[in-house]
Amino acid sequence: MSDRSIRKRAAGLRLAGLLSGTALLGALALQPGRAAAAEELNALVWCDHTDPALIEPFEKAHGVRVNLKEYEGTGTALALVEQSRPGDWDVFVIDGVDVPRVAEAGLLAELPADQLPLDDLFEQVRMDDVTMRDGKRYAIMEKFGYNVVGYDKSKVDPADMRDLSVLWGDKYAGRIAVYDYYIPLMDLVALHLGMEPDDISAETLPQIREALLALKEKSAMVGEVVSSTTALATGEADILLGGGEWAVAVMQGDNPDLEWVLPEQGGILWSQSIAIFESSEKKDLALEFVKYIMSPEGQARLATSSCFWGMPANRQAGAVLSDEARARLRWDEQDEFLANSYRYFIPDAELDAQMLDVWTEFLQH
Amino acid sequence: MSALSSRLRGAGFVAPALAWTVAFFLLPLAVMALYSVWQRVGMRLVTEPSLANYRAFVEKSYFLESLLNSLEVTLLVTALSVLLAYPLAWILAERVPPRWQRLALVLAVLPFWTSYVVRSYSWLLVLAEGGILSSALTGLGLAAEPVSLANSRAATVIGFVHFFVMLLTLTIYANLVQLPPSYRKAAQDLGAGPLRTFWHVILPLTLPGIMIGAFLTFVLCIGDYITPQILGGNNELLLPQTIMLQIQRRADFPMASALAMVLMAVVTLVYLACARWLKLERV
Repeated sequence: MSDRSIRKRAAGLRLAGLLSGTALLGALALQPGRAAAAEELNALVWCDHTDPALIEPFEKAHGVRVNLKEYEGTGTALALVEQSRPGDWDVFVIDGVDVPRVAEAGLLAELPADQLPLDDLFEQVRMDDVTMRDGKRYAIMEKFGYNVVGYDKSKVDPADMRDLSVLWGDKYAGRIAVYDYYIPLMDLVALHLGMEPDDISAETLPQIREALLALKEKSAMVGEVVSSTTALATGEADILLGGGEWAVAVMQGDNPDLEWVLPEQGGILWSQSIAIFESSEKKDLALEFVKYIMSPEGQARLATSSCFWGMPANRQAGAVLSDEARARLRWDEQDEFLANSYRYFIPDAELDAQMLDVWTEFLQH
Repeated sequence: MSALSSRLRGAGFVAPALAWTVAFFLLPLAVMALYSVWQRVGMRLVTEPSLANYRAFVEKSYFLESLLNSLEVTLLVTALSVLLAYPLAWILAERVPPRWQRLALVLAVLPFWTSYVVRSYSWLLVLAEGGILSSALTGLGLAAEPVSLANSRAATVIGFVHFFVMLLTLTIYANLVQLPPSYRKAAQDLGAGPLRTFWHVILPLTLPGIMIGAFLTFVLCIGDYITPQILGGNNELLLPQTIMLQIQRRADFPMASALAMVLMAVVTLVYLACARWLKLERV
C-alpha cells in the first residue's frame, strides 16, 4: 500500500473516530447549569413557572434571580429533595393532592395566613383540608383546572363531547388520545361507570380496569402533556380524554377549532399549590415570591403561561386577564363547572400501588 | 528500567481510568444492586434484603412484556440499521472521491448535532396524520386517505434507525477504509467476481466493525427512554419506560433498580456473546 494511501486511510479513520466521538458526546450531552449569583431563590416548579413573562417581573422588582428546576411527578420532586442538601430548595410548587403527605413528612414551612389573599380564592379551590394540618397552613392553591374532554370541533360533534360514554363507542374509535396520568383518568372512568371518584377501591378496581382496557381499544395513543396535546394539535387525535383548558387554551390562538368541555357526568378538578420548604434559609424572600405569585398580576401571568394555561386560584386575577383569555378559560362558567367537579381521589399507599398496576397494564394493553 | 518501575508506571497510567470506572460505574452499580433487594412499602424504604422485586418482575406479566418488547424493538432496529448503514458506508469508502469523503462524513453525522428530544418530536410531526409524510403520499396520489405512522412501534423504530444508521455507518466506514486494496485485487486475480469478493473477502473482514457498531446500537437502543416515550404513544411499554413509571409515579427506586439490573444483565449477556464471537473470529 502506498504512503499516500496509508495517510488517506489514517486520516479517514481519525475523522471517523472524531465524528463518532462527537456524535456520542452530542447524544449524551448534559445541559449546563446556570452560573451562581449572589441573591438567588431556588424553586422546584411545574413548567408553567418557567415562563420568563412570569418570573422576570419578580426578579426585577427584588433584584434577585430565581433558579427554576422543572419536574414532572411528585415522586421525581421528592427524589430531588432527598438527594439535595437541606437549604438547597426554597419554594415548592406541588400537586394539590400531594400536600398532606409532604407536609406530614415535615418538608414544608408554615405560611403566614394573614399575608396571603385567602379570602379572594375560589371557595371550592381553597381546600383548607388539604393545605392545612393541625391548624397550620403549609401551602396555598395557586392554579386549577379540569381533567375533562378536549376536542377539535371541526372534526367531532361538540354535543357528543358532553357524554363520556360516547368515547367507549365506535363513533370515534382510533381518534382518541388519553392523558397519561392514572389518578384523574381513573376518576373519569369512575364517572363514566356511574361512580364517584371516592368510590374507587380494591373492590371496584376490576370494573375500572375493564373499562380502561375497553377504552384502550378505542384510543390512538396515551401521552403525557406534550405528546397528548401534540396529538390533538397535529390531527393525530380529535379528542383528548383528560384534557381541559390546560391542554387546549394555549393552542386556541393558532387553532380556534380546539375546544374543551365538562361532560354531563362531571369533571375532575386539578389543582396545584405553592409552598415554602422548611429547610429554606431564605424564607422571607420565598414568602415574597409566594405573595407575588398569588397577587392578581402574578396570577394572571401564571394562568396564561406559555407552557400551559389554567384558572388562577385568585378571583381578583379576572380583572387583570384580557377578555379573550377569560373566554378561553371559560371564566363565566366556573361556578357551574366547579359545582359539577370532583377532586382527585387520593388512594392510600396500597390502593395506589394497585391502581398503578392497573394503569401499567392499560399502557401495555 | 526495572520491571518494578515499569509496572508502577503502567499502574499510574491505568489509575485515572480505573478510578473513574470505580467512582462512576462500579459504585453506582453496587448501590443500584443494593437498592434492588430493598423494598418500598408505602412511603417507607424497607432495607431488609429480599428478592420481592425480582419476584414481581417474573410474576407481573407487564414487566416481562416490557422486556420482550424492548428486545424485539432493539433487535429490529439493530438489524435495519446494519442493513442501511453498510451500503452507505461502502458508498462513502469506495465510491465517493477521497476529497469529498470528509464532507460526506460530516453530512452523515449532522443529525447527531441536533437535540435528541427535538429530533424525536420532529419525527412525530413528520409521521403524524397531518404530517409531511402523509401530505406527500396523498399529494402524490400514493395514498387515498391520510396515513399515520405516529404513536406506534413503527414510529419508534424509524426514530431509532434514523439515529443509529449514522453511528453504524461510521464504525463500518472505519473498518472499510482499513482494508488494503490488494485483497480485492488478489481475489479478482484468483477469478472471483465482485459479489464473490464481497461475500468471501470484504464482508468477513468488516464483520468486527459491524459487530462493534451493532453492539453500540443495541446498548444505546435498549436503554433509551426518550424515543419510545415520544414516538410510541404508550401503545406498548419498553423496559426503560416501565422503569421510569416506577420512579415518576411511585418513587419506587427499589423496583426501578431491580428492573435496571435486569436490563444490565441483558446488556452484559449480549456483550459477552459479542466478545466471545469477536475473539473466535480473530483466531
